[in-house]
Formats: sequence, structure tokens, C-alpha cells
Amino acid sequence: MAKKAEAAAPAPALIGTSGDSLREAFGKALAACANDFPKLVVLDADIAGGTGAHHFRKAFPGSFLQFGIAEQNMMAAAGGLSAVGYLPVVTTFAVFCLRAIEQARLSIAYAGRNVKIVASHPGIDVGPDGGSAQALEDLAAFRAIPGMTVISPADPAEMALATRAMLEFEGPVYMRTGRSPAKRIFGKDHTFEIGKGRIIRDGKDVTLIACGVEVGRALEAAAILADEDISARVVNMATIKPIDEALIATCARETGAIVTAEDHNIYGGLGGAVAEALARAWPCPVEFVGLKDTFGASGEPEELAEHFAISAPFIAEAAKRAISRKAHA
Amino acid sequence: MNMKPAKAEIQTEGAQRVQPLNISSPSLIEDIAAAARFVRRHVIASIYHAGSGHPGGALSCADILACLYGAELNLWPDSIHDPHRDRFVLSKGHAAPALYAVAAHYGFCDAKDALNLRKLNSPYQGHPHVKDLPWAETSTGSLGQGFSVALGMAMGLKLQHSTARVYALLGDGEMQEGEVWEAAMCAAHHKLDNLCVLVDYNKMQSDDRNENIMGLEPLAAKLRAFNWAVAEIDGHDIKAILSGLHRAAATFEKPAALICHTVKGKGVPYMENLPQWHGSVKLTRQQAEDALAALDATLWEIKELLDGQKS
Repeated sequence: MAKKAEAAAPAPALIGTSGDSLREAFGKALAACANDFPKLVVLDADIAGGTGAHHFRKAFPGSFLQFGIAEQNMMAAAGGLSAVGYLPVVTTFAVFCLRAIEQARLSIAYAGRNVKIVASHPGIDVGPDGGSAQALEDLAAFRAIPGMTVISPADPAEMALATRAMLEFEGPVYMRTGRSPAKRIFGKDHTFEIGKGRIIRDGKDVTLIACGVEVGRALEAAAILADEDISARVVNMATIKPIDEALIATCARETGAIVTAEDHNIYGGLGGAVAEALARAWPCPVEFVGLKDTFGASGEPEELAEHFAISAPFIAEAAKRAISRKAHA
Repeated sequence: MNMKPAKAEIQTEGAQRVQPLNISSPSLIEDIAAAARFVRRHVIASIYHAGSGHPGGALSCADILACLYGAELNLWPDSIHDPHRDRFVLSKGHAAPALYAVAAHYGFCDAKDALNLRKLNSPYQGHPHVKDLPWAETSTGSLGQGFSVALGMAMGLKLQHSTARVYALLGDGEMQEGEVWEAAMCAAHHKLDNLCVLVDYNKMQSDDRNENIMGLEPLAAKLRAFNWAVAEIDGHDIKAILSGLHRAAATFEKPAALICHTVKGKGVPYMENLPQWHGSVKLTRQQAEDALAALDATLWEIKELLDGQKS
């Protein structure tokens, strides 16, 4: 059955680094679709060059609002702009979203404002800037805010689709982009829907559920496992909240073991969300790939992925551990 | 009781803002004084019924709120969704009982319902919540944020070329929040002359006097240095408040701050100038009766407020 499924859903090609980071893809997509959202305003705290928002600033300077290096004020002011009819997109680094999370909680989520928070520079993907700049807590923190949707697209093509979907969606959204050049995973036929995970490579022995930059690594891990005759399914879980519980249960039932992979602390993010869903629907062995309750460090993103054990070989090892824990093994 | 211009005069886009009030009109002053008295009595009664709440800072801002709702805001119960209405944000959200009371007095909600403070299934939460009460304009209760939300509103209204103005009432202790100074810098930079901040400067905060916790002075000089138009007024002198609001509405390319010198617990002698009445406190029956008597309530009014009898 798995063989048949694999034939029906060929693994997408990993086209390598495209030169376009997720943040640049976001900025370009935002500028490209802005004409369809006349109420759109983009808020910046003096890092438009880093978040991708510079593309929007260049195209629509009149709808670009500068707040200076003062994220708390910017975050709450977005609530006020929403209250008078605008569609605000707050752009800053993920760590500074954490700095202003209480403003996101009270003046955006609690007040029921339709504000989009787009966070660049998440995880150790930040690279040389080091541990202070590498947000490893944002998925967990924003996921815990009632009513907050949390998404983390995997490649530039998906980022473009997610940017539009986020603007069309009614309600507060936290979206991760990314700093480093991103792997290209999806072609022109890719579709994106908030709340839906997607099987992007089928398999029968284990399911690798990943988000963001870890999706490319999960595909590489599946290739490593295939060389050892282990059939791994890969799920792109681009929406962390609300998580696609039905798909998670299906994968647990069909493959019997799960690995989660995220550029985030292993606590409370994608792994936590998947484990919660499994505990309710279909308990099975789960292994968590992510930073093991530690902060990041300076280095190149791929070096750091090796160092902190979130690169493809570590996902493959985690898959074998999960398979070995199956009840019948 | 409402002396503001009729609904027909509410602003529409591009229209000249009207200033139709004679702010020294004795009848207007009397009406606002009556509103402030109503607010203070309602605050005492609602906090008594709730068994908790913050009376000190609700009483100190009663005259300011009465002036705003009674004469300044282009806002009526049937215009709470008008995009060109003026906005008022209670940034010092713990003074919610005073907001509910002034709203009740001017017909935005039912006065008896608004006594149902801090109770499950009541929209009158301990701090204002816009999803429960649309006329609260935003949710507050975390100091500093209301100021930034008001700033965002002012920025957006300016982008829309609306003549609507935005007002935010801040506590003095609130001025210690870093976000307040982020917002102060931002409002001046963007020349938000449609934004007016009022500081309820009662000199006290939760634990003690401001000067013993974290001194604010020189507060006016700080705001002026941030490029705000600043006036200091007696926050219990209705004429002075109305005049200050009038001048604030006339600033050009500068946001306006009115530092309103007030007395914490104003109107209730046993509370005045004592930080222990900041809250959250429980009022005994005797304390509530004494407070209402000090606020010139009649025996019948006291019974009505505390026993919920219909008049």
C-alpha cells in the first residue's frame, strides 16, 4: 500500500537554495498582492530591510508606517489602526514579537483585532547574529494566546500563498518567515490553506511532521531513511494553530510512529501541538526534533543545524527511535 | 442632561469641526457637575456590590470623564459605530467603574445594569473589554497600552483625513511604563494633533505616593521635551478642564497633553489622599453609606443604589 502511495505522490524535488529567503519572499508577496487589500498598512520598527517589508515600502510608501525602535508601542498601535478600519501587518523580528507579546495579547487578540504579525529571524536559522537574536519560544508563546492563528510556511512559493491567505483570513495571525536562503520545495501547483497540513511525501513506517525550514530537512531525512529501506511519510504542517488534528490522527493510525521537527524549543511548539493532538486522538510513539531546551549560538545556519541536532540525519535517527518504540516492534 | 450639539451636527469627512459650546455657560457647568456627582455615587455603589474594585483613581477622574462625555466628545449612544466619531480610551483601565458610570449617565448603557460590576456573565468586567462593550473602544487593564492604541487610532484617522479626535486618559503611575514614552515619542514624531492625552495626576499609585515609588517630576517638562503641547490644570475644576480641552483641540502639528492635578478618592473624605484606597478594596455597608452621604446622596438614593430598588 505504501509503495502504491509513494508512486501516486512522488517526492517533491529539493531544488537547493534559491537565494530567496522566506522574509524576502514575504516582502515581495506582500507588495505584489497589496492592491487587493486597500486597507492594508504595514508597520515597521526600523528593520524593514531585514523583514522584507522594504519591498512594500518601496511600492506603497503612503501605507508604510514607521514606529522606530519601539515594538511595544507598534504592536498596540496596530490594534488602534485595526479599530479605525485598517488591516495592519506588524513586521519585526521574532524575538521582538516576544518583547511585545503582551501588547499582542491584550490590544490585538483580546480586543478581537484583525492584525497580522509577521516575524522574521526565527530560530537558529538566524545564524551569525547568535543566541540573543534566535527566537526559540515564539511558536509556543503565540500559540498560547486565545484565538491566535500561528503559521510557519516552508518555502518561498508557500510563503507567497500564505501571505495572501493570511490577509484574506479574518482574525489575528502570527506568521514566521525566515532569514537564511530557503530551500525551494514546492512548484507552481502548490496550494495553501490555513489549518491544513499536507502529506508531501508518502510512506508507511513513520511520519515526519515538520514546519518552516525543517520541512526541507525532513524530506532529506526521508531520502536517507529510504536508503535504509525505511518508508517515511513527510507532512508539511504549515499551520501550528489550529493544528490539523485529523491529518495527525490519520498519520498515526497509518504509520504508527511520529517525529516532529521544528527550528524551535522542543517544548510547546509544533511538537507540543502534535503531541496534544495525538494524546486525544491516537497515542503512539513520538520523537521531538528541535532545540533541547537550550539557547542558540553564532554560526552559519547549516552548521548550527548540525550542532543543535536538527539537521536531516538527526531527523532520520529520531525516526528510527520512534519506529523501535512501536508496540509490536 | 446632555448639552452637546444634536446628533445632526456630528462630523462627516471633510466637514469643519464645530465648537458650538459656550464653555462658561452656567447650565453646562452645572450639568457636568451633576454628571460627575452621578459618576462618583455610581462608582461607590458598583464597587460595594462587586466586593472589590479601585475607588481612589475612579473618583479622581470623575470630573474629567464628565467633561469629556458631557461636552467634548462627538459621541452619542447612536453613533458608537460612526467611523468619524471621536474616540475615548480609558488607558488607566482600573478606573473602569467611572467609565461605566459616565457611560450610564450619558445613555450608552443602563445605569442599573452597570452596577453589576466584576460579576460572571456581566459585560462590566474589572477592566473595560471592547468585545463586551463596544463603546469602550478598546480593551485596557495593562498600563501603557491604551495610549498606544489611541495613538494607532489617531494615526489611522489622520490617514483617512477624518476630523475625529482621539482622547486617552492615563494614570500618573502609568507614566512609569516604558511604552508610554515610546508612544509619546511616536505621537510627536507623526505630528498627531488629533490626539489628546489626559493625565489623572492624583500623585498616588497602588502602594504609595508616586514620589516614593518612582518620581515623575518634572512631568510637564518631560512631555514638552518630547515635543507635546502641555497644559497643567485643576482636574476638578470643570471650567478649567473644558478650557484645557478646547485649547488641546486647537494645537497644530503637536499632540496635546493635559496634566490634570487631582485628588485621589475625591469626594469621599475618608478616602481622599490615601493610597490604600487605590484598590482593589472591599467596601463595607457602612463605608458605602458614609461615602454616598458625603456625596450628597439622599437616604432614598443611598437605599436605591445599595439595595438595587427601582425608583
